[in-house]
Amino acid sequence: MTTATANNKNRARSAQDMKSDSKRNTKRRINRTLKYALLLFFVIVVLLPAYVLIITSFKGTADADPSRAWYLPRTWELDGWVKAWTTLAPSLGRTVLLVVPSALISAFLGSINGYVLSKWKFPGSNIVFTLILFGMFIPYQAVMIPLTQLVSDLGVPQGIPSLMLLHIVYGLPICTLIFRNYYASVPDELVEAARMDGAGILRTYGSVILPVSMPGFVVVLIWQFTSAWNDYLFAAFFSSGRNGPVTIALSFLAGGQLTDYAASMAGALIASVPTLIVYILLGKYFVGGLMSGSVKG
Amino acid sequence: MLKRVKHWGPGVLLLAPTMILVGIFVYWLIIENFRVSLTNQHTAKPSNKYVGFENYSNLLADPNFQHSLWNLLILTIVFLGGTLIFGFLWAWILEQPAKGEGFFRSVYLFPMSISFIASGVVWRWLLSSLQTTQPGGERTTGLNRLLDSVGLGALQNDWWSDPTWGIAAIAVPAIWQLSGYVMALFLAGFRGIPDELREAARIDGCTEWKLYRHVIFPQLSPVMLSAVIIIGHMSLKLFDLIRAIVPDANTYDVQVPATLMWVKYIGSDYADAAAIGTILLVLVALVVIPYLMYTSRAEKR
Repeated sequence: MTTATANNKNRARSAQDMKSDSKRNTKRRINRTLKYALLLFFVIVVLLPAYVLIITSFKGTADADPSRAWYLPRTWELDGWVKAWTTLAPSLGRTVLLVVPSALISAFLGSINGYVLSKWKFPGSNIVFTLILFGMFIPYQAVMIPLTQLVSDLGVPQGIPSLMLLHIVYGLPICTLIFRNYYASVPDELVEAARMDGAGILRTYGSVILPVSMPGFVVVLIWQFTSAWNDYLFAAFFSSGRNGPVTIALSFLAGGQLTDYAASMAGALIASVPTLIVYILLGKYFVGGLMSGSVKG
Repeated sequence: MLKRVKHWGPGVLLLAPTMILVGIFVYWLIIENFRVSLTNQHTAKPSNKYVGFENYSNLLADPNFQHSLWNLLILTIVFLGGTLIFGFLWAWILEQPAKGEGFFRSVYLFPMSISFIASGVVWRWLLSSLQTTQPGGERTTGLNRLLDSVGLGALQNDWWSDPTWGIAAIAVPAIWQLSGYVMALFLAGFRGIPDELREAARIDGCTEWKLYRHVIFPQLSPVMLSAVIIIGHMSLKLFDLIRAIVPDANTYDVQVPATLMWVKYIGSDYADAAAIGTILLVLVALVVIPYLMYTSRAEKR
């Protein structure tokens, strides 16, 4: 008897449960559908400019009709791409020559700085760090006028050499910040042990710090590569179409009142390929760089 | 004493190159720039006559410069508002584990990896001001054409070609490009909230709204502050995007201090250019210095 009532109760409860379960399930399903609809909507919005770039870059005179502006090309022409490539190719080479060495040098210096500022602190080192960090936030407009003077006084030629100097110097704060935060996670005991063994500051760096620095270097190199590749401000002040990086060449290709949109959009795509590849292959670290550029840990 | 020097010396020595470089290229140049801004160096011909704050008072009285400050204010408000709204919304949707989460995250973040100059090319086309209802309207392209063909023709507008609100149109591509970044910041913030905290709140009978209001939002406020600082100071410096979208450097409609400074530089008016640079620095410093002090104090705690 008692078991029977218990069974009945159980059955009643589970029926109720099932009812509310299915209600909850429907609600959840609606929520999920809504969520994905929203996510997809935003994917379309975000990719819209990319769609325009791609279709327009392949359009020739046959597709000049503005009423077809949002349609796929009738015939896929390569004229725009050819023109963009011949215009941008020399500057692409210069940009590689500029960006790779400056990223490597500022990353190396940043690593040394981050090491000193996290593991060999000295009185006032925190103030020094904050003073260095401030260099990351200044609007470069606030130093530009005397900077043009200083660079020419130093005898550094316009174009790639002066831009390399500037990317290294003004990249130091962020590289230092990223490495300092990164090394904060390396146990102090490791450094202490090496010190006890009589290793000096550089030996400790070489034997303890450098071997664990790879992830930090990846983040910093990606960050420096991307920001130097995409820089336009310094390039505008310190180079010309003849000796400047790809952003300058692209701004000349796309600027002016009468624009060849097929060529300039093809050019925009060409100029974006290197950073896009880096982003696709190493996106995880890219986000890491963004984080360390902001949240201090 | 000697022992102490031996202890710290090597560190200071290793840091010395950076301290010297930053000392010269940041601090000394800021002072030097300020000095130039107090002279009458208005032409390419060197001139060092001290004029005090005359350039500043002239600039502040100049309707062109006043307009650039107005534009900067509108740009910053719209840019900040837009990136915070989309960044938070995306992070909030993606916060619970979902299928394809990584894909959505990557798509939303990708515009961040390309330059303002490259994206400016396509946004210049998208934001073309010609409308189908105007004379010559059959030549309409860009967003106006799209709006017209999906039946939203009434939403067509001049975009950036408007002296008062045109600058808000420049914020659109900027929002497109940086909302993903703010999303990434908020996602990191969400991840930093311990699950136990939510569980505890739920057990205590918190409703979802109360959970957000009293637990999640307070936990996210440091991230929010970082986002405001980063986007805010990017907005103050924004230059490339405007130059890429608006071919004529001297366009009154979307002039901001950073572009006006370029115009002055091209015109060899170095004193005015330097003064604008200093004004920008003061604006950025007002935002950044309290933030740096706040974070270094938070770190000590």
